[in-house]
Amino acid sequence: MSGHAHHGPPAAPGSGSAPPEGVERKSVASWKLLLTLAVAGGASGLLVVLVYLITRPAIERFAGQREESAVREVLKAPVRWDTLYLVSGALVTAPPAGVERSGLERAYLGRDGDGKQIGVAVTAKEPGFQEELELMIGFDPATGALSGMKVLDQKETPGLGDKIERDSGFTGQFPGRATPLVGVKGAPGSAPDKVQTITGATISSRAVIRIINHAVARWRPLVEAYARGAR
Amino acid sequence: MSAAPAVAPVVPGAPPPATTFQDIWRGISRENPVVIQMLGMCPTMAVTNLVANGIAMGLATTFVLVGSGLIVSLFRRRIANEVRITSYILIIATFVTLADMMLAATFPVISKALGPFMPLIVANCLLLGRAEAFAAKVGPVRAVADGLGMGLGFTLSLTTLSALRELLGRGTLLGFGVMGPRFEPWVFMVLPPGGFFALGLLLLAVAWVSGRRARAAAA
Repeated sequence: MSGHAHHGPPAAPGSGSAPPEGVERKSVASWKLLLTLAVAGGASGLLVVLVYLITRPAIERFAGQREESAVREVLKAPVRWDTLYLVSGALVTAPPAGVERSGLERAYLGRDGDGKQIGVAVTAKEPGFQEELELMIGFDPATGALSGMKVLDQKETPGLGDKIERDSGFTGQFPGRATPLVGVKGAPGSAPDKVQTITGATISSRAVIRIINHAVARWRPLVEAYARGAR
Repeated sequence: MSAAPAVAPVVPGAPPPATTFQDIWRGISRENPVVIQMLGMCPTMAVTNLVANGIAMGLATTFVLVGSGLIVSLFRRRIANEVRITSYILIIATFVTLADMMLAATFPVISKALGPFMPLIVANCLLLGRAEAFAAKVGPVRAVADGLGMGLGFTLSLTTLSALRELLGRGTLLGFGVMGPRFEPWVFMVLPPGGFFALGLLLLAVAWVSGRRARAAAA
């Protein structure tokens, strides 16, 4: 049953004038067109949802692993950590009923073997040179000193701006620095707050420094307020 | 239906008969999507700064070409002429979405590196081109063979380009250092202008080889 064949049935013998190939084109009823698209759309949708359900656990597991390894890296080997959620301007260990966890900002409170606080890790996202940069930042809420920084997501210029992630000479400077950081072009010397920017990636480097300064300034009072409340 | 004709009816504009091997080989060689047909230039430029990205994009596109070719061919008599482009795009978009999710669930690092270019495979004119020009006019076996050949040809071109760019632009291949510590990377090669430059070199090489062949055949 091909309702739209381009060639009609063989011409009746003796009629003499068969229509040329491809000229005779019956128009198809609109409902048939609609049906075609509806069936195609329904089948596609079904397939997409099915594969989404199959792949989602793996995708979420990878996202969790990525975050976990970043927390470990910026907090310098915490034994364990508490996940705190930011709900209406205050950090809480568990969001109130009815609030979806996945939509909340988080802080990870790292502890050593004795349960002592060793620092806090937060993520921050702000514009870089091309698009938003996402960083994981670890710091000591008591002093504001950094314990580490890791680039989670960046779309900076390959070969230049992406050195903020790949150049260990740049990323290795952050542990132990005092905030607010100050970016310098030359050698940073022994000043505790100076970070040397990357030649050819000045804007990306400065964006990293700015994001860290903003994040520490924003999260430090929140973590201190939480620590006071918990005591 | 009345007595079926002995030979398969000729569909207007159908490709000439060929063996399965010829259907596959054509996409890799003299109808190569990148260096001959010049299709899919956007992903060709965008993701060939690393070999891993080039291979992943090529294989993802191959998957979509084969899958959409098969479905378009199977349903070619059911899809009315008036809604064929819409239907083809729907079929292609479905396979692209599947490929995107499966890549994210298996190789998250590559999936992240390809970023927006993965869903943009939908807009690669190679896909709609093969559906309209080939898969819609032949049986499923030929459609799959053609999709496979075009996909492999695309992958081969992307891999060649990205190998050239990664080798010179970073001094590595698939992330392994091969140029030694003394090599100063030509950052230019992994930037967009380097993509045009590398593609130009590749096209030059192809034109040189095919020109020599044509002269040899004429002599």
